[in-house]
Amino acid sequence: MTERAEGAGSPAPTGEPMTGAASLVRALEHAGVDVVFGIPGGAILPAYDPLMDSRQIRHILVRHEQGAGHAAEGYAQASGRVGVCMATSGPGATNLVTPIADAHMDSVPMVAITGQVASGSIGTDAFQEADIRGITMPITKHSFLVTDPDEITHAIAAAFHIAGTGRPGPVLVDIAKDAMQKQTTFRWPVALDLPGYRPVTRPHAKQVREAARMIVTAKRPVLYVGGGVIKAGATAQLRKLAEITGIPVVTTLMARGAFPDSHPQHLGMPGMHGSVAAVGALQKSDLLIALGTRFDDRVTGQLPSFAPNAAVIHADIDPAEISKNRTADVPIVGDAAEVIDDLIAAIEAEYAAGAAGDYGAWWDRLSHLRSTYPAGYDIPSDGAVAPQYVIERLGAIAGPEAIYAAGVGQHQMWAAQFIKYEKPRTWLNSGGAGTMGYAVPAAMGAKVACPDSTVWAVDGDGCFQMTNQELVTCAVNDIPIKVAIINNSSLGMVRQWQTLFYESRYSNTDLQSHRLPDFVKLADAYGCHGLRCESPEQVDATIEKAMALDDAPVVIDFVVHKDAMVWPMVAAGTSNDDIKVARDLAPSWDREI
Amino acid sequence: MSHHTLSVLVEDQPGVLARISSMFSRRSFNIDSLAVGRTEVPGISRMTIVVSVEDEQPLEQVTKQLNKLINVIKIVELDPAASVQRELLLVKVRADLDTRSSVLETVQLFRAKVVDVATDAVTIEATGSRDKLEALLRMLEPFGIKELVQSGMVGMGRGARSITDRSLRVAERSA
Repeated sequence: MTERAEGAGSPAPTGEPMTGAASLVRALEHAGVDVVFGIPGGAILPAYDPLMDSRQIRHILVRHEQGAGHAAEGYAQASGRVGVCMATSGPGATNLVTPIADAHMDSVPMVAITGQVASGSIGTDAFQEADIRGITMPITKHSFLVTDPDEITHAIAAAFHIAGTGRPGPVLVDIAKDAMQKQTTFRWPVALDLPGYRPVTRPHAKQVREAARMIVTAKRPVLYVGGGVIKAGATAQLRKLAEITGIPVVTTLMARGAFPDSHPQHLGMPGMHGSVAAVGALQKSDLLIALGTRFDDRVTGQLPSFAPNAAVIHADIDPAEISKNRTADVPIVGDAAEVIDDLIAAIEAEYAAGAAGDYGAWWDRLSHLRSTYPAGYDIPSDGAVAPQYVIERLGAIAGPEAIYAAGVGQHQMWAAQFIKYEKPRTWLNSGGAGTMGYAVPAAMGAKVACPDSTVWAVDGDGCFQMTNQELVTCAVNDIPIKVAIINNSSLGMVRQWQTLFYESRYSNTDLQSHRLPDFVKLADAYGCHGLRCESPEQVDATIEKAMALDDAPVVIDFVVHKDAMVWPMVAAGTSNDDIKVARDLAPSWDREI
Repeated sequence: MSHHTLSVLVEDQPGVLARISSMFSRRSFNIDSLAVGRTEVPGISRMTIVVSVEDEQPLEQVTKQLNKLINVIKIVELDPAASVQRELLLVKVRADLDTRSSVLETVQLFRAKVVDVATDAVTIEATGSRDKLEALLRMLEPFGIKELVQSGMVGMGRGARSITDRSLRVAERSA
């Protein structure tokens, strides 16, 4: 397999002598990089010198390497391009571990470049030495340790190819300081030598035909859609598949935006905090058409009782996901866009041959569930602000053109439930890893990738305090993101579990954020606009005020009711059949099969 | 528990062994034995990995996860009936004038070799299947085993075809 890495723009003269560091920057330019998030330090210093002269690459100096990593993720998730972060050796590199793990769990294309101590010092416990390749081996798609200046360009070309193709993921390139200082000859394009990397994108025709046959004969099919559909750019195809078949659609946490929330066939999000209609559809289905999704435990609940009567068509670009958690009756390995295109053709052939899916009774039942158990929440009787109301209004005012990045916890689930997503790549969150602190830096990365879009970070007061230093980065670099802190003064989701499962013993979940820090003053100190909202009547006006401010980042401290809980809920480890729509309140599943 | 022998062709790159062993431990798979060495093709190493799994499902996961590693080129499961599988063993056995001839008799029975002799011990080299080597050890045990070292299993398919036939043409093309 000989592949040529694509360079962006006109190819520069090749065969030029230069330092390894200059070849690194040149290779990044040819790989099409326009933004790098990072912080310099001793071992990576040689790279920062030629980087200063690059006209193509904008380096954004973050305040913590974790922020660089999440910003690269946000950039990648919003744009679909490979995000890039850069750090020095030792602690600089280890600070990237969390975002690398996050990118690995959520299949985010990212290249992390780290400086390493000089090759002669590797293994001697030198100053700021850490075996970052070893540390990240289980959480990267691949990694390189480069000690020879002649290998820098190949490592970069290969890293971008691996990160961005197949099932995307993070790739680490660790480069010894002396390799950057020594002379090399720059050549581009680079012939990639990756005999063990041949992702299958083209689905097997026989499997697709078998899937089509099952789809037209099923009585209760569901399109169970995951983040892979967004990554493959297959949302238009998905819509066509749904509309020609009339099959109900559920979109997982990673797939919000893959199918318009306003579409009548959309039942919402399945899983632990999914809608009753979406969870019920999976549970009562006789055929799951799983596209770019991985049967995560947060979706399936207790695995043996998940969708017990359903046959499974499982299409994914990663063969290892197929039949990992749930055995697939029809496995299809391939790129979601190609799979869906082929499925549409095969289904149309079935229709032409006289087959017709009849899902009328199924829709009757699902429509009943949907109308009986709509998403909803209680209005606090004491006049406090309901957090769900804030998020719902935010979605309504900022609209479906805005990009939303969430942290992890209650506010994340409410943002997934109450903001209406119409387009892919408008919802960014940390799904698999559940990384608190994701929102602010990811929003920063998204805003850099999409400067014309309004970008909101919907964050919790706990999450916000983990990475809010990147607001300085935003203020200094003219990246006017907007942050809605859903301030319930506690680690809300943990507190909810304590309420439900630990007899309301609130061990260490009270953050006292109603007192400290003063988020408005903090915003001011960071060079941002700070607003506070403490009553339901002020919510709309505060959001509108924030929407009008575009000269600096805006932070709104929404002081909300702390006893609000996320419903519906499937308690961890229990069956989806035992979903509760409120405490001790189970839906009735109308007619049993 | 069942044992499966996997032949894995990998790029001879630094860290490849760590990648494979770390994948096994991360995903809670058990490695019974692992042997690695060069092949007839420069730049390509071959690992023979014996894994023990509860049933077929985890084995499929092992091979799929191995395949995801960028440096892994090809994986073949060796069918015991259609392959030759051997381990090497060196064992130092107590043997004085009284017992030496009995020890040597056992060595001959198993077509093993004495590779070192001292006044009160002999060192024996034996190759064979796991069953054969276990039987040999059982026979030597009564004399007193002073020291034992074993290699991992290595194996290859019977017949004229080579595991590298197809995959390496692919590798050569990309070079």
